[in-house]
Amino acid sequence: MNEQLKTPELAAVEVDVEGGDLSRGDVILKGALAAGAIYGSAMVSPFVRKALAMSESGDVGILNFALTLEYLESTFYAEAKKRAKPSGELKALVELIASDEQQHVEALEATIKKLGGKPVAEPKFNFEYNDTAGFLELAQTFEDTGVSAYNGAGPMIKSKEVLAAAGGIVQVEARHAAAIRLQNSEQPAPAAFDSPLDEKQVLKAVEPFIV
Amino acid sequence: MAELEQLEDPVSRRRFLAVGGSTTAVAAFLAACGDDSGTTTTTDTMKSGGGAGETAKFGKGDIGILNYALTLEYLETAFYADVVKSGLFKGADLETIRKFGQEEAEHVQALTAAVKQLGGKPAPEPKAEFPLENAKSVLELAGTVENLGAAAYLGQAANIQSPEVLASALAIHSVEGRHAAVLNTLLGESITPDGAFAKPADVKTVLESVEPFLVE
Repeated sequence: MNEQLKTPELAAVEVDVEGGDLSRGDVILKGALAAGAIYGSAMVSPFVRKALAMSESGDVGILNFALTLEYLESTFYAEAKKRAKPSGELKALVELIASDEQQHVEALEATIKKLGGKPVAEPKFNFEYNDTAGFLELAQTFEDTGVSAYNGAGPMIKSKEVLAAAGGIVQVEARHAAAIRLQNSEQPAPAAFDSPLDEKQVLKAVEPFIV
Repeated sequence: MAELEQLEDPVSRRRFLAVGGSTTAVAAFLAACGDDSGTTTTTDTMKSGGGAGETAKFGKGDIGILNYALTLEYLETAFYADVVKSGLFKGADLETIRKFGQEEAEHVQALTAAVKQLGGKPAPEPKAEFPLENAKSVLELAGTVENLGAAAYLGQAANIQSPEVLASALAIHSVEGRHAAVLNTLLGESITPDGAFAKPADVKTVLESVEPFLVE
């Protein structure tokens, strides 16, 4: 089955919530990871748009989804500082990204509260990699997925201020993505557009994951 | 952020941002959104991103914004084409520049089609000349252009009316961010010069920056 997955490493990410109470953000994240695993991170965008459109929670709901994603990235990079054994340029990059993601977490938590909402609980994550190369592969996928997820959510945001702020975050995620790809000796900007053209395939494949 | 500005060396700036600058950045982010008074206030982010009327000279509403973006994309495409022709770059760097130029050309195509689809008239291709003295100065110019381009898109995102147009703009905006990060890396500069939250640029700032390259 794994050979049929475009980005199998996304399928391996475990997202666990204590008490078993999945938030909308958790559900959308799990679905986004599934969409990404099957079709590649570029296809996350339509899944996110559809999943968010299916519910009425508005900007707070969208921000909580973003927060769930940032929890994932923040945990991943914090662990990676030691676990990925980065050295030289990569070490500095990991530290920079870890700091950015932590700031994103703090900002999103604070904004959600300011809007009168409740930030989702931070899930527990399990990331599978054994070495720096494995870390880099996962990092690249997460950053690309994050860009696609934010781009998918963007058009759903109602408040101009929240949209402007989300835009400021997604651009930084795209910068991270390019830098990680360079470390991986991959094309930093593989496509002219960070968003796919065909939604139908993806939505069909991830329908079972939408609760 | 006065202490930050005193740190000229990009590595020191980066370390500062990683260690102590975070609370300032988060505070700025908070100031930019989460206004719960129910009214539309002009926050710092909105101010520097500009109001909705700024792109009127390029056309009405979303057409104006798309044509503004199209004008910038024409300039970027022309710039990269000139750089490729100049012979200043070889190997991997040349391939990067070539690819970025191709992507800007795709942006031109997409934006032109979007304007037509909205029933508007696409902005004309501007005549431009770029200084191409040596590889270093060209890379610096490329870095300036890409970082500015990303900031320009960010500055207009909140002004876009149609969700479809916004989706397209976001799809391009993040790619410009990728380009900017690569150029910054080639220049030995931080991939995130604004820190954890990218800053928008208004139309006036952007047009003033590209003015020197326009030929009449």
